[in-house]
Amino acid sequence: MAADNDTISGYTAAFEGFEASLNGGARSPLHARRREAIAHLQEHGLPTARFEAWRHTNPAPLANGCFPPVVTAGKLSAEAIQPFVVSGIDGPLLVFADGQFVPGLSRVGDLPDGVQVHSLSAADSETAAIITANLAALALGAEHGFAALNTAFVRDGAVVTIHAGCTMDVPVQILHVSTGQAGLTTPRTLVVAAAGSRASVVETFASTTAGAGVLTSSVAEIVVGAGAVVEHARIHLHGADSLHAGTMHVTEEQDARFTAHTFCLAGRILREDVHTVLRGEHIESTLNGLSLPLGDDHVDNYTTIEHVAPDCSSHELYKGVVGGRAHNVFRGKIHVHQAAQRTDAYQSNQNLLMSDDAEINSKPQLEIYADDVKCSHGSTTGQLDPDALFYLQARGVGLQQARGVLTRAFAGELVDRLQHEGLRTHVERLVSARLDAVLADQGGAR
Amino acid sequence: MTDPAATPAPEAALSDTEVLEQFAQRDYKEGFYTDVESDSAPPGLSEETIAFISKKKQEPAWLLEWRLKAYHTWLKMEDPTQRPAPEQWAMVHYPKIDYQAISYFSAPKTVSLDSLDQVDPEILATYNKLGIPLEEQKMLSGVAVDAVFDSVSVATTFKDKLAEVGIIFGSFSDAVKQHPELVRKYLGSVVPTGDNYYAALNSAVFTDGSFVYIPEGVRCPMELSTYFRINAANTGQFERTLIIADKGSYVSYLEGCTAPMRDENQLHAAVVELVALDDAKIKYSTIQNWYPGNKEGVGGIYNFVTKRGACRGDRSKISWTQVETGSAITWKYPSCILQGDDSVGEFYSVAVTSGRQQADTGTKMIHLGRNTKSTVISKGISAMNGQNVYRGAIQMQKRATGARNFTQCDSMLIGDQCGAHTFPYITVRNPSSTVEHEASTSKIGEDQIFYCNQRGLSTEDAVSMIVNGFCKEVLKELPMEFAVEATKLLGISLEGSVG
Repeated sequence: MAADNDTISGYTAAFEGFEASLNGGARSPLHARRREAIAHLQEHGLPTARFEAWRHTNPAPLANGCFPPVVTAGKLSAEAIQPFVVSGIDGPLLVFADGQFVPGLSRVGDLPDGVQVHSLSAADSETAAIITANLAALALGAEHGFAALNTAFVRDGAVVTIHAGCTMDVPVQILHVSTGQAGLTTPRTLVVAAAGSRASVVETFASTTAGAGVLTSSVAEIVVGAGAVVEHARIHLHGADSLHAGTMHVTEEQDARFTAHTFCLAGRILREDVHTVLRGEHIESTLNGLSLPLGDDHVDNYTTIEHVAPDCSSHELYKGVVGGRAHNVFRGKIHVHQAAQRTDAYQSNQNLLMSDDAEINSKPQLEIYADDVKCSHGSTTGQLDPDALFYLQARGVGLQQARGVLTRAFAGELVDRLQHEGLRTHVERLVSARLDAVLADQGGAR
Repeated sequence: MTDPAATPAPEAALSDTEVLEQFAQRDYKEGFYTDVESDSAPPGLSEETIAFISKKKQEPAWLLEWRLKAYHTWLKMEDPTQRPAPEQWAMVHYPKIDYQAISYFSAPKTVSLDSLDQVDPEILATYNKLGIPLEEQKMLSGVAVDAVFDSVSVATTFKDKLAEVGIIFGSFSDAVKQHPELVRKYLGSVVPTGDNYYAALNSAVFTDGSFVYIPEGVRCPMELSTYFRINAANTGQFERTLIIADKGSYVSYLEGCTAPMRDENQLHAAVVELVALDDAKIKYSTIQNWYPGNKEGVGGIYNFVTKRGACRGDRSKISWTQVETGSAITWKYPSCILQGDDSVGEFYSVAVTSGRQQADTGTKMIHLGRNTKSTVISKGISAMNGQNVYRGAIQMQKRATGARNFTQCDSMLIGDQCGAHTFPYITVRNPSSTVEHEASTSKIGEDQIFYCNQRGLSTEDAVSMIVNGFCKEVLKELPMEFAVEATKLLGISLEGSVG
């Protein structure tokens, strides 16, 4: 525990420095939240390998030693971010470099009535009230050290608010870019969709370098009001050597429709906690995920779907294609409270191992306290069907090509679930390129 | 059968309703207490206690040393209840156990008998109430019973018949004296002393248990059975069972348990080790019906057992079948280590939690050898305030090419205050292996009950029928005698949970 204490005292010292630099900002409601977060961190620390929630991902590389928060953002050019911007979408684009807003590269344009897209620092008094009510408003458990770390050091973030009944058809793009500066960056996103509204948000995490020594601790909070429809996509394109611990917290009210897509396409250690709470009746919630680790990558998707109210349905599908010596971890929990009668929940995790040295861990979990429910889960792991490969080869398709066809079909199911066509094409291109690399990586000795 | 009143009534003679009525009149059938003067060690755990147990059992020095080593390991281990919340993985809740308040040795005074006449009549009466009259065992369908009363075996039957084919079946303490080389070779080879907190505790203080050795090529001519009983207040039970099936042999082993009613919690931390060599098959069946505590959940047994089998040889097979209806807390994972190529592991389980019972049970299938196969079928039933957890680990290690696993976990909820949970842990390190897991949750529908009622079945009968149908895949794996008892037990355990 000594190392852990050093880490926490390192962050405490960094926090004091940060606080001193705020120049009056220390009295803001946001800073009160930061203080709560640092207190949480001091009390509970960061996760250790002994935590049940971190059973298959050793948090030591992320949690041992203090990553000094990056204070000055690196330079970013329009060319550098070009590959990460969805070309088929004209809507708003918010660009953050090392966690700090870059107005020069961002665009907002004309927004429909009742829709606001801006950085945290640029909030007007009306949205400030919304932010105060929703940002870091949820109590954190002892295992949520990384979410606390983000809140403690949050400098800026993306805020999307949609008023009741308003619609934002074009996806809002949020781009978090690391310029490779070693240390901690804390990207933050808040989406508040009021009753009956409609919105779509795409978040991309990218890096202009391999990102050695970079720890990204991100938090996204999404509030889906009654009857609101929200689609959210996260694309992880971190540097090959960088570390990421992300948390996404979603609260859904009556009749809401929420869909999340997570694409884990690059990063040395990539941990993503998704927790959605279905608080009202007749909600439909969907979590989709695709992980394509290779080399020595380690991807851990840790999801929780909490059914609090009756008559809701949830669907979850996570897939992994794992190459090299990579390690893919999935944990999905469906938690049905006693009041959540007539819940209909399904969860599925499917994995393909493409090399002899790849490894997967799958933990699909059901925790059920209500009797009138329909809950099931399934998990399958294996390799490509030899019969299907033979079928293609018998028709003149080479083995490598046949493997490509079958894995693309396997991964394609998740890409196809994206609603926006431009976004789908963009992700398809990224997934295809990554799959080629995964298929080519046969592991072997380090 | 000379005394029909003392033996279990034939199933056909009693309808389910009568059985239910019979049980509705008493809280717990096996809840009686026999006053046998015990030769107990004073409560407390120390090196002296362990030396006392070892001396009482006239054990060789190496075993005492082994116990002490386990004790020192245990001292360094962490009490699972004392872990901070984020590190807790089991879903069982119980107060901290005071290990110094437990008496670690208790033996009936009259032991080592030549004939049944010498057995304490009170013990015999206890067995009669339980429906296992020793004097009739030779007439009972070829089942040899090694009855453990408290911690010492008092009678072993059919020994001669088994000895003819070279089978060793008896108490663990006898085996230590008569076959020390076998015990020394295999003891702790499947469950090491430091395996977990309760296995370490058991290794330090175990008092007795069963030992079975089936020689090469021998098929055990009868089903071997041990009835365990817990008696004498404040005595935790720490059995140790070791079964070795040599090359090409086969054995089916039955374990059944009942316990007298009492008000304080009793710790039960047994260790069972199975070893199957080349082409050997072991079938291990358990019915567990210990005292579950009263309606408020007070009292009841803590059943923290480590059961593990090693398929050491090629083409060996270990099959676990369990019906768990008793205990306040059941916390166990009968497991298979599939070391030999083409070896097979099976796990069939029915776990019922009613009242305030908690069960965190399942299995671990560790695939090490090539083309190893495992099947897991788990049925969990929760009623009233019961909490039922299936927790299972499936591991496909690097060398396990072509390995296969199929897991099915079904949960049934009866009433809206109970919980049913499924926590599988799947690890695959080999691309050529296949793992399939599926789980579902359902309830007994009002329409199902209504359908049965319409056709003249009472609600209790309907529940019993539906539950037995739900568990059929597991029950059919049980040996005949057990299947009958299990079917009856399931109905009784769920009595009063519907309507």
